Amino acid sequence: MAKIKINGKEFEVDPKKNLLEASISAGYDVPYFCWHPKLGSIGSCRQCAVVKYRDENDTVGRLVMSCMEPASEGSIISTDASQAVEFRSNVIEALMTNHPHDCPVCDEGGECHLQDMTVMSGHQTRRYEFGKRTHKNQYLGPFINHEMNRCIQCYRCVRYYRDYAGGDDLNVFSSRNRVYFGRANDGVLESEFSGNLVEVCPTGVFTDKTLKKHHTRKWDLTTAPSICTHCSVGCNTIVGERYGTIRRVYSRYNEQVNGYFLCDRGRFGYEFMNSDKRIKKFVVNGSFDGVTKESAFDFIVKALKGKKIIGIGSPRASLETNFTLKQLVGNENFSVGLSHKDYQLAKLAIDTLKNGNVRTPSLKEVEQCESVFVLGEDITNTAPMLALSIRQAIKNITKTKADKAGIPLWNDAPAREIIQDAHGPLHIAAPMASRLDDVANSTYFSAPENIARFGYVVAHFIDSKLSLPSGLTEEVTSKARKIASDLLSTAKPLIVSGVHCKNEDVLKAASDVAQALKTAGKDVRLSYTFEESNTVGAVLLDGKSLEEVFETKAEVLIIVENDLYRRLSTEKIDSYLSKFEQVIVLDHNCTSTTKKATVILPVGTFTEADGTFVNMEGRAQRFYQVFVPESDTIESWRRIAQIATAIDKPFDQKNFYDFTESLVINNAQFTGIETLAPPPDFKVQGQKIARESLRYSGRTAMKANINVHELKPIEDADSAMSFTMEGYHGQAPTSLITSYWAPGWNSAQAINKYQIEVGGALHGGDPGLRLIEPSKTNFKFYQSNPDAFKVSGSGLKGVPVYKIFGSEELSSKAAAVKERVSESFILLNSKDAAKADVKADETIEISLNGQLSSVKVLIQDDLADGLAGISAGYCGINPEMTDVTIKK
Amino acid sequence: MLSHLRSIGLALKHTFAKRETIQYPDEKVDLAARYRGRIVLTRDPDGMERCVGCYLCAAACPVDCISLQATNDESGRRYPEFFRINFSRCIFCGYCEEACPTYAIQLTPDYEISEYDRKNLVYEKEDLLIAGQGKQHGYNFYRVAGMAITGKDKGEGQNELPPVDVKGLMP
Ligand code: SF4
Ligand code: SF4
Ligand code: SF4
Ligand code: SF4
Ligand code: FES
Repeated sequence: MAKIKINGKEFEVDPKKNLLEASISAGYDVPYFCWHPKLGSIGSCRQCAVVKYRDENDTVGRLVMSCMEPASEGSIISTDASQAVEFRSNVIEALMTNHPHDCPVCDEGGECHLQDMTVMSGHQTRRYEFGKRTHKNQYLGPFINHEMNRCIQCYRCVRYYRDYAGGDDLNVFSSRNRVYFGRANDGVLESEFSGNLVEVCPTGVFTDKTLKKHHTRKWDLTTAPSICTHCSVGCNTIVGERYGTIRRVYSRYNEQVNGYFLCDRGRFGYEFMNSDKRIKKFVVNGSFDGVTKESAFDFIVKALKGKKIIGIGSPRASLETNFTLKQLVGNENFSVGLSHKDYQLAKLAIDTLKNGNVRTPSLKEVEQCESVFVLGEDITNTAPMLALSIRQAIKNITKTKADKAGIPLWNDAPAREIIQDAHGPLHIAAPMASRLDDVANSTYFSAPENIARFGYVVAHFIDSKLSLPSGLTEEVTSKARKIASDLLSTAKPLIVSGVHCKNEDVLKAASDVAQALKTAGKDVRLSYTFEESNTVGAVLLDGKSLEEVFETKAEVLIIVENDLYRRLSTEKIDSYLSKFEQVIVLDHNCTSTTKKATVILPVGTFTEADGTFVNMEGRAQRFYQVFVPESDTIESWRRIAQIATAIDKPFDQKNFYDFTESLVINNAQFTGIETLAPPPDFKVQGQKIARESLRYSGRTAMKANINVHELKPIEDADSAMSFTMEGYHGQAPTSLITSYWAPGWNSAQAINKYQIEVGGALHGGDPGLRLIEPSKTNFKFYQSNPDAFKVSGSGLKGVPVYKIFGSEELSSKAAAVKERVSESFILLNSKDAAKADVKADETIEISLNGQLSSVKVLIQDDLADGLAGISAGYCGINPEMTDVTIKK
Repeated sequence: MLSHLRSIGLALKHTFAKRETIQYPDEKVDLAARYRGRIVLTRDPDGMERCVGCYLCAAACPVDCISLQATNDESGRRYPEFFRINFSRCIFCGYCEEACPTYAIQLTPDYEISEYDRKNLVYEKEDLLIAGQGKQHGYNFYRVAGMAITGKDKGEGQNELPPVDVKGLMP
């Protein structure tokens, strides 16, 4: 710790930080543009000037850029010396000379860092009278809007996009005051993390194009803390609503999970909630004409009388919803809604993490690892933000280079100069090339069986006591030997695998590699990805698989938030469903399953309900209802409770908190999740936390066309937040942060004020509770010794190929994401394509385990012989896809 | 005693003073243009809607009686999809007019908007939008702003240089 003096006051700060970070952490408002806690400083905007003094006797001092000066012992600075204040106001005036007169039509307005800094720096009146430089804009795809005139040349966008996120299609062009930030040509931004430009760019150059369709100012949004529902990473988000539709998703800072960022699926997938495929009415026997809640429930009561019920929950529904359903139908009749195979895979992964002696990391821990070995996953498409963290992890080892040269890591330009393109080891073994390959040291492409074997070879070279699979080529063994030595050469290796190549041996091999490293004394981490936002929670809750539960004889089936046709083949599900007298489906969007329902009950999405998801790390995270919809929708768990009441078996639990509490009482492993959020009667200064800002507008007009009398606002019985602007607006407990705002800081950069130290943990700790810790008791090496993959005579073996846009159920219903979803496809190498006599881009008929689909042929030469990559999760694609035959 | 007499004297004096009472509704009061009465939405000199849906009036309104939704036409021009003022709540403070960056929303000297039925005081865009420019003549926001719209491409706004040639090599 170093002692420094800011404005005459003494502070203890980390000498590894710079003076800007130190000043902001100390609570001073120093304006800045180009510095970002995750990107470091480059000193290009000159906005963060302060006066630094040589010693106590120095009264003159000199101007320095606070972001470029280390917070070294004994530094004395003043942030409000007149020299600095004047300099900053001149700088911002110069920055604004070309700025367009756009605020009223700029989507950034009201949460614009440039607006904030202009006010903070005291620039008011434009004196510059000459012409303004202008730029043409580019089309950047369905997610990002480009308005280049507003650029202040801070370089944050390219530094984030290229250096941090590993993209290469955004760049800076031209020279002097003409510099242009965009693509070489108009076109879709390729990075899966392009949406973060919206938050990284301090101006309105890059804005959210989906927000533009229904533009709303930050102050007019009703917002609540939420959890992304589009994959198992469980990024923290803030979701905003206005006039009954969801308007946008912003990242919610959680140091342990997603930090400042989100992937594009999480940011832009929200539009499924506004889609015309939403179910908002009660449907009985295929019609909603004349059906009311009462008549639907009358029907249900008759249908359920004296009948045996089976309940199918869902890995995309909250813990509470699954638990309530389980309580309704009884343990014996409850399924978590996964196919037997998927259930076994997820269970194996969870058991391995629970019983082993290797810890599964949070994304923050991932970013601290030094070498990475990925088995069988295309992380960028299956757990996107994990891929972004891996990109950071492999930079760690090279950072020592900068350290040795005495360059602090925040000093981005020289640090990069020294590091160049070097990075720590990343090795990928997968069925085919993936997005992360661009930074991989080695890749090994083969069938899942062979990936598992390859994993065991690596494990053997780490710990020679482990057996070496037989029949390997020299090329494979030498690759594996290199990987083993790379992993052993670092103190913190990370092994990543997951359920997406649908092979248990791959999971087991990954575990063995990790255990071997642990035995070798390494501080190793093991990370498994899962398919859906609450797969881990559902499997922990325990229940049967679909195949098992359908063996039970029953007359009525209740399916909650689950499209069974995404779990098993159409033939199987059709035959299962046909055995029931009644199929009651609770869901929020139309699916193939709702088409078969005799009764559909509308329920809320994750923004219309409270709930808990457990992410891939085993972290239970709470999400909150954002608004009360005016349609018939209510929370799934509340709907299930209504059914219980209707059939005279009412539950004791009344509100969300009660359900969470009894969940904990019934399942000790969830102990602690009741403390994830303050109870509903929690108050700060006698008030609930407000979901709406103090400037929220239009409340006496927005519904005046329907009823000129304003109705009493609805109270939230489930959480400690109010649905209106009445309530507490200061800093709420971290699990209840509805939006980032501080006086003078209207943009998301107000996050600084919520952190103990900029870029660090939140005041009050990061929300979430880990439920999975390695118990170290039953740890064993699996050594499953799988057989090598053999090309079978005629058919091909299908391997699922996941795409960030298209493979996930809910986001692919979102308008903007839909534009990025390709047709269903089959990947073949040229040899197999020639053998089957099909050509690239041809649409052909294939059979997947007997179910026909029409798909487009894509040639991928790194795919092994005998394999066919199939677009997983796409519409009409059989989830069981092991045997592929090409019909043409 | 003296003060009583003075009071009586004053009252007497007022009896002969000029009358301020106006025989409304036969006679109308002559109000200044800046009087704060019924609110209108005006058009720019080209006859287009001035409002760009920036929400500033709504945010400034102390009784929150303005609500609108911004939308864009194909040319990128932003305008309100709906614009509603609940005059049964409006206190005619004029903050909206002050906040408006485009001179779109203006208060007028018309105060005769009483209704028997409160819901008739809810005005939609059709009711608010007038044909002219109101009190502020000549201002056209889109000519000053940097956004391109039909008929005004980049660099064609007021005080704007032609768009940069990114591929230009001149120093
Ligand atoms: S970037 Fe900020 S300052 Fe510039 S026009 Fe947009 S809101 Fe205004
Ligand atoms: S586009 Fe935005 S982030 Fe990039 S340089 Fe310009 S202002 Fe900075
Ligand atoms: S990585 Fe997963 S959880 Fe995170 S934003 Fe993307 S889809 Fe959502
Ligand atoms: S302030 Fe003016 S431009 Fe903005 S929404 Fe209101 S009327 Fe329209
Ligand atoms: S923040 Fe220091 S120069 Fe830009």
